[in-house]
Amino acid sequence: MSTTTNSKKPIKELDAATVRFCGDSGDGMQLAGTQLTNTSALIGNDIATFPDFPAEIRAPRGTRAGVSGFQIHFASREIFTPGDSVDALVAMNPAALVTNLSDLVDGGILIVNKDSFTEKEFKLAAIDANPLEDGSISGFQVFEVEMTKLTRLAVAETGLSGRDADRCRNFFAMGLVFWLYNRPLDPTLRFIESKFSSKPDVAEANRSALHAGYNYGETTEAFHSHFRVDKATLQPGQYRNMMGNQALAWGLVTASVQSGCDLFYGTYPITPASDILHELSRHKSFGVRTFQAEDEIAAVTATIGAAFAGSMGVTASSGPGIALKGEAMGLAVMTELPMIVVNVQRGGPSTGLPTKTEQADLFQAIFGRNGECPMPVIAARSPADCFDVAIEAWRIATQFMIPVMVLTDGYIANGSEPWKLPNVADLPKINVKYANALQNGDEFQPYARDEYLARPWAVPGTPGLMHRIGGLEKQHITGNVSYDPLNHQKMTDIRAQKIANVAQTIPAQEVNGVEQGKVLLLSWGGTFGSCNTATNRLKEQGASVAHAHLRHLYPFPSNLGELLKQYDTVLIPELNNGQLRTLIRSEFLVDAQGLNKVQGKPFAVSEIVEAVEEILAN
Amino acid sequence: MSSDTSLPVLKSTDFASDQDVRWCPGCGDYSILAQMKKVLPQIGVPREDTVFVSGIGCSSRFPYYMNTYGIHSIHGRAPAVATGVKCARPELFVWVITGDGDALSIGGNHLMHAIRRNLDINIVLFNNQIYGLTKGQYSPTSPLGKITKSTPFGSVDNPVYPLSVAIGCEATFVARSIDVHIKHLGETLKRAAEHKGTAFVEVYQNCNVFNDGAFNYATDRNTKQDTVIEIEHGKPLIFGKDRNKGIRLNGMDPEIVELGKGISEDDLLFHDEKAPEPSLAYLLSRMRYPEFPEPIGVFRAVERPVYDERMDNQIADAIEKRGKGDLEALFTSGETWKVEAESA
Repeated sequence: MSTTTNSKKPIKELDAATVRFCGDSGDGMQLAGTQLTNTSALIGNDIATFPDFPAEIRAPRGTRAGVSGFQIHFASREIFTPGDSVDALVAMNPAALVTNLSDLVDGGILIVNKDSFTEKEFKLAAIDANPLEDGSISGFQVFEVEMTKLTRLAVAETGLSGRDADRCRNFFAMGLVFWLYNRPLDPTLRFIESKFSSKPDVAEANRSALHAGYNYGETTEAFHSHFRVDKATLQPGQYRNMMGNQALAWGLVTASVQSGCDLFYGTYPITPASDILHELSRHKSFGVRTFQAEDEIAAVTATIGAAFAGSMGVTASSGPGIALKGEAMGLAVMTELPMIVVNVQRGGPSTGLPTKTEQADLFQAIFGRNGECPMPVIAARSPADCFDVAIEAWRIATQFMIPVMVLTDGYIANGSEPWKLPNVADLPKINVKYANALQNGDEFQPYARDEYLARPWAVPGTPGLMHRIGGLEKQHITGNVSYDPLNHQKMTDIRAQKIANVAQTIPAQEVNGVEQGKVLLLSWGGTFGSCNTATNRLKEQGASVAHAHLRHLYPFPSNLGELLKQYDTVLIPELNNGQLRTLIRSEFLVDAQGLNKVQGKPFAVSEIVEAVEEILAN
Repeated sequence: MSSDTSLPVLKSTDFASDQDVRWCPGCGDYSILAQMKKVLPQIGVPREDTVFVSGIGCSSRFPYYMNTYGIHSIHGRAPAVATGVKCARPELFVWVITGDGDALSIGGNHLMHAIRRNLDINIVLFNNQIYGLTKGQYSPTSPLGKITKSTPFGSVDNPVYPLSVAIGCEATFVARSIDVHIKHLGETLKRAAEHKGTAFVEVYQNCNVFNDGAFNYATDRNTKQDTVIEIEHGKPLIFGKDRNKGIRLNGMDPEIVELGKGISEDDLLFHDEKAPEPSLAYLLSRMRYPEFPEPIGVFRAVERPVYDERMDNQIADAIEKRGKGDLEALFTSGETWKVEAESA
């Protein structure tokens, strides 16, 4: 890989930097962020990203509602979050500036597109005065760049003008940021080449804008120096940048291969889960069958049908869609078929905040069905972890003949991090056994059970195993319809015991930090990065703190109750009003404390550090 | 698995499960069950390759009584469950058993989409114009003004006609029969089974407890020849005890005419189940008693590619063009980078 051109300006070493691009929804900020991400990953930084965009595809131009942002944290050390605050902010218009400025560190770098700071834009952004002149940006290193004008000049030779030329502005901004952090242009040039291969003039214009932005940094007097963030010391191996939804899809494909069991994915489009469908629909050569159903209920019931027919049935949605699937999940529990239900959580209730993150569907996952209807629940902790969690869900579902709920959230679904490619030969095998045809005379018992209490998976097409299942209560062993009171008690107990048995097959809960001490941070899902980083920071300060991050939420790991007793205080940070805390208190009678927030945003590391410090101080 | 070289010849009783049938004595469902068990051996698909899927309602208990694979799912969702079964395993022979409430009320959406996708499944809708299992509320096919437990002053809902709905959803096979018209019912089920694509069959079914006699006009020995018209492909629409009445088109509308008196068979409407456009089938589906005799038989039977086969073909194509999926190739696709071990 070629490094950057020979810069004449001094370079300062940094161990990490956080950059945010923000602008109008149509300004191409997600693309700019993605390119900086991929480039940083390719030169060996550790990375974590946080795309933040409005629910509307194109909210009114220039307004605050239409602001779209993409934050990336890149570092020469291991990092787990996209950063609490921003070291460099690129704001393409006044609305983006005023809505994002509070996240910029004091003295941070602020790059604005000066051409968009006009009276008309101020009005659209609902601001009275020019923020470039009213003192609100005085505490930052401000670079007012005439990006519109410079981009138009740069692309003039390609014949593009007006709006077409202005569409290249994000490449100018990228070029400038690439210069600022000493990033190579090659990966983005390759991207332009493949993305715009059918539009050579657009490709050429984007290339020109990218170079113009880069050269602007190098040649103008405004920028005196730039930065370098060296490679991170990651574990040796082959890496790629991985987003959560993609990792989940790949995990499912992998589990399909490793279990020799076909994947049927039935779903209905919903933010922020749709990318799983987009990804899986590309992998037909793995035999993946994707079905875009007419609604959420059809998605899950078709999945049940596929599971009955011998495929692994997977469906995914977000909270509102999961609510619609509730009755069908009960059917899957009753019929004891292997399935995975994925909830990519978003802000709720109702339609809530479709593009913002939250982890308030834990109660729904564990309790959200009629009757005594237990399902194992597991949660991914980071974008790349979605891969492992998908495989684990598949393992549990097939080993126990049960639907499994997987929780992720918008933050990890759309976020990305480097993923070390697993060695295919080392991937775990998943042992799936279908019931075999019986000898003549033997009677098939669809609700007979093995040592885990799993019933046989007898699929249509197998002679002699014809049987009927359904939502009515089943007689123990025979599976015939039964209204017998004691049988219902027995079957309810069996279904509960079966889920409890899952705990025997999961690893003991581990902690990062002291084994006994003052504070235990207990977390689950997408808050892992913030909690882990906070713990490491507190440990460096010598604090008596440990962190336990739960993957298995139902059932809990067997040692969890004992573990919780080793600490004076258990603090549970959650992006909800205390759902895990309620479960922990109820299950273990531990006076766990909560740190709770529902703002559609992840925790800042500092919020967690401060909460722990406050406990330690008292 | 079996070393037998010849297929065993199955009888109707081989398709009966060991479960007691629990419909009310005298229910029309018994007759439909009997015809199904009689027809399946003639079709010759092994029991283990046959799957019955149902939703909720009296009719939806049907799978429990068949010695095949079966799933009694949740209210209205049988077409979606069947879609999953069929997509996962296109070689299976899949039947959906549903009722007027199950299919047209709570499950209307799934019915519509299964039909328009043209999955290779058979949907049999038992239409008794009432909710039976919940003990007698009006259904989407109950006539306007129907007095039931939930409509003591008469229903103010307009009914839908199942076949009109199916045709509107681009159905490739649409037929109607009557529970007690057993020979016709058996033939109709057989035609449905032989159709490639979604076969939709409405069966007039008497609920002798909550809606007894709803179809008396069509089943009464004395009137049925005047109130029902058996349609057959390529034949003129003739009915009546003396087979002296027919249906003629007057512009876009059907009208009843008497044969003789200058009107011959050639003037009548001839049925064409293979008509590419569904207009004729739709017109027939709108003919209602008492203005018209109600048609029974196959309204429409056309060929169109089926969903599950197309899905299968896409997978086969992908494997042929790119080879069977390979995890190593997947993981290393696109941009990757290598982190070297730190030199000591």
